Amino acid sequence: MPQPVNAELGQASELFMLLASIAYVAALIFFVLDLVRSSTTIGSLETRLAQEKATPALAGVGARGGSTSAAVPTGPATADDSMDYGSGPRRGAARIAVALTVLAAVIHGAAVVTRGIAANRVPWGNMYEFCTTGAFLVSVIFLVTLTRKDLRFVGSFVVGLVVVMLCAATVGFPTPVARLIPALQSYWLIVHVSIAVASSALFTITFAMSVLQLLQSSRETKLLAGKADTARFLRLVPSALSLENLSYRLNAIAFVGWTFTLMAGAIWAEQAWGRYWGWDTKEVWTFVIWTVYAGYLHARATRGWTGTRAAWLSIVGYLCIVFNFTIVNIYFSGLHSYSGV
Amino acid sequence: MESNRLDGRPTVKQDVTQDTTERPGTPETQSDVVLPSLGFFGTLRWAWTQLTSMRTALFLLLLLAVAAVPGSLFPQRPANPAVVTQYIQDNPDTGPILDWFQLFDVYSSVWFSAIYLLLFISLIGCVIPRAIAHFRAVRSKPPRTPKRLSRLPVHGMLEVPADQARRTGLTPATAAEQAAVMLRKRGYRVDVRDASTDRPSVGAERGLAKELGNLVFHTSLIGVLVSVAVGGLFGYNGQKIVVEGDSFVNTLIGYDSFSPGSNFSDDRLEPYSLRLDSFDVRFDREQESHYGQPLDFTANVTTQDGPGAPEEAQVLKVNAPITIGGTNVYLVGNGYAPMVTVRDGEGNIASEGPVVSVPSDGLYTSLIVIKAPDAKPDQLGFVGFFLPTAFVDEQGVSFSRDPDPFNPQLNLNSYYGDLGLDDGTPENVYVLDTADLTELNSRTSDDGGIVLGVGQTFDLPEGKGSVTFDGLKRYVALDIHHDPGEVGALVFSTLALLGLTASLFIGRRRLWVRTGEHPDGRLVVEYGLLARGEDHRLPAEGQAVEKLLADRWLEPQGGAGEHKVPEAASSAAGTGQSHHNAKDN
Repeated sequence: MPQPVNAELGQASELFMLLASIAYVAALIFFVLDLVRSSTTIGSLETRLAQEKATPALAGVGARGGSTSAAVPTGPATADDSMDYGSGPRRGAARIAVALTVLAAVIHGAAVVTRGIAANRVPWGNMYEFCTTGAFLVSVIFLVTLTRKDLRFVGSFVVGLVVVMLCAATVGFPTPVARLIPALQSYWLIVHVSIAVASSALFTITFAMSVLQLLQSSRETKLLAGKADTARFLRLVPSALSLENLSYRLNAIAFVGWTFTLMAGAIWAEQAWGRYWGWDTKEVWTFVIWTVYAGYLHARATRGWTGTRAAWLSIVGYLCIVFNFTIVNIYFSGLHSYSGV
Repeated sequence: MESNRLDGRPTVKQDVTQDTTERPGTPETQSDVVLPSLGFFGTLRWAWTQLTSMRTALFLLLLLAVAAVPGSLFPQRPANPAVVTQYIQDNPDTGPILDWFQLFDVYSSVWFSAIYLLLFISLIGCVIPRAIAHFRAVRSKPPRTPKRLSRLPVHGMLEVPADQARRTGLTPATAAEQAAVMLRKRGYRVDVRDASTDRPSVGAERGLAKELGNLVFHTSLIGVLVSVAVGGLFGYNGQKIVVEGDSFVNTLIGYDSFSPGSNFSDDRLEPYSLRLDSFDVRFDREQESHYGQPLDFTANVTTQDGPGAPEEAQVLKVNAPITIGGTNVYLVGNGYAPMVTVRDGEGNIASEGPVVSVPSDGLYTSLIVIKAPDAKPDQLGFVGFFLPTAFVDEQGVSFSRDPDPFNPQLNLNSYYGDLGLDDGTPENVYVLDTADLTELNSRTSDDGGIVLGVGQTFDLPEGKGSVTFDGLKRYVALDIHHDPGEVGALVFSTLALLGLTASLFIGRRRLWVRTGEHPDGRLVVEYGLLARGEDHRLPAEGQAVEKLLADRWLEPQGGAGEHKVPEAASSAAGTGQSHHNAKDN
């Protein structure tokens, strides 16, 4: 039997959520500032060096020689392909941005936890909670990855998506804290949905990286063809290839998670509806997403399908996730239409 | 499904790895074949290599994703046959065309089946050769030692000073032996070769479970498909509505609707019975925002494994089915069944008992149809609403304000005439076709329709009889499923998950160590590592192995400075780039 809810704590949670959004927006501003400022700094540094020497002196800073992908002759990449910290100029704005993201994530975490306590259950029982908890995981995964790799270049993108998710939750699916309907009263809610949220969070980050990969890749092609560098801020971003490699690693983890989501969902469906698979709209889209990412993993082993095409598959997969979460939940009828909209 | 089908991009150094990056017989390697000269078997072989090529598999996979989508856009017969019929009626132009393309039966359609069957044939066509290749790889020794280890993506060298080597009696041969022992402890399978020469070496390999996982994953997918098919052949499922106090017996006639599998025979039904003693519903009464939202449905039932078996009281809830007689019984719906007595024009009882109403919203505003074919002189029929908590708004329209029965009310229109039940054609009990009937009264008629509270009776016009609302019961809608493929599907999908994890996260690595003696007596140890597929942890592994060897052979007082790490660090960072060179786009 569901426990009664604590409405006051639920309101506190909503306040935390608002504060977290504000902190994220501040972080976003600093991330963008970092992109602009670093781009300018590098630009001026480059001009000076170019005056001193005729050869592009920054070539050694980032991309290691000999790699075809990084051999962008006219516009040396500043970002390190190994995405380790260390090289390159100090980025004050980025540091503030990361600090603000940490602060925002802490408040956000408090919001998610209080929501759970207020509702006396896991905080992912409806669209609002799925969105806010998912956004929290996106920012946690991003911060955890930051401790090992310098991914600050995707910061504006990832934090931007977190802000979008929080806005979508608060504006699109506002739901006061409530108890669960009988269909959701199952421990599979904890297992199935938590892994789904975590995998989606990972896919969110790889989506951001794939978009950057496409931008970087077209810039690299342009530079190789001897054209002018129109997207100079991308010098902060590692080469398309290293982006692809890292997003592949993250996508592999997320794919295992998604496979588990699908399986746990099937087991739950068996318990709730009597069949483990019935091509319900939500099941269809979960399957489509699984197939697209399976295609992505295979594409990277198929000649002619690596690089840009693989990135497109990763992007299409993520768009399917967004579609599955929004359009399917709201407009398609099906057994999963419980989401409190 | 060649070696990298699941584990990422092809590695660069094909000469060393012998990595079969493309499947044998992919278009690339067969491009010199001239099509017209193939002949019948040649064409077959060509078709087979095409089908089992990676590119085709990828294409079929993506096509499957696209083909699954229409099933979510159009109503599907297996889930909602009535909605499909309605859709075709509402769209007389496009409906039949869509139907011809099987867009209402997407998942059993010819085209969807063709895609997944081709995909699975393609899958089998590459699992088998790869399984054979893997079997051979497991039985064969690690690959021969490359001539120049320094060409491998991760490599390094360490030197044992001459005096130290002499003191410990370390020779190239014993060093190779010791390296082999250490590597075996580290999980490598090892092979010492050229032990009698002055440049002995160790070939080592680990991570064969990666390929095993890959094979298990793909084979398990076939297993899942087979399990689904078994369920479809030998399983059955059915629906039954049970009103409080009533029973369900697991026989064919006991079901309201029944879908047998293709190979079903009714002697598979175990004649257990199940009685609904009571059904308890709880709605949220504390929270304004979710007032009236259901919180709990509990069906108290008494089951019997067969005639004469002992009775057992059980609790059936949503998410908690009852397992009995080889089936699972699920609580999938509930509603109200008003008890109604209809008397005919001659004063006899024409129908009596609970009538199942169909809820149409969260407040249990329910549609109800009552048929009294035994009424004389004219058969009687009623259509209307059941409202658990009836209220009348300003326009005089009745509606329900709460899902609980605080003010239960029946609102009915009545008809007489031939209900069309006598010719034996199956009729939907929840629909009354009023086309051939004469209206007695209705909400829109001058005297209004029938409005009944519990215990009230309404006398029909023209002495056609009367209708009485005797009381209220609840009912549950049960789904009864028997799926013999279920366990198989669970086992195989679990295996698939384990296999997938192994194939994605285990690193398959080859490692070679070669020892030799410098003319001045120093013992030189070279090593090199190579990954199959993508392996970002390879440099770390190289460093770990170097440390292992150094700890064993280099005495600390001998000076750490003697232990050279010339290549490992720089090549570590460079590894990623050796992969990068492979990029062919």
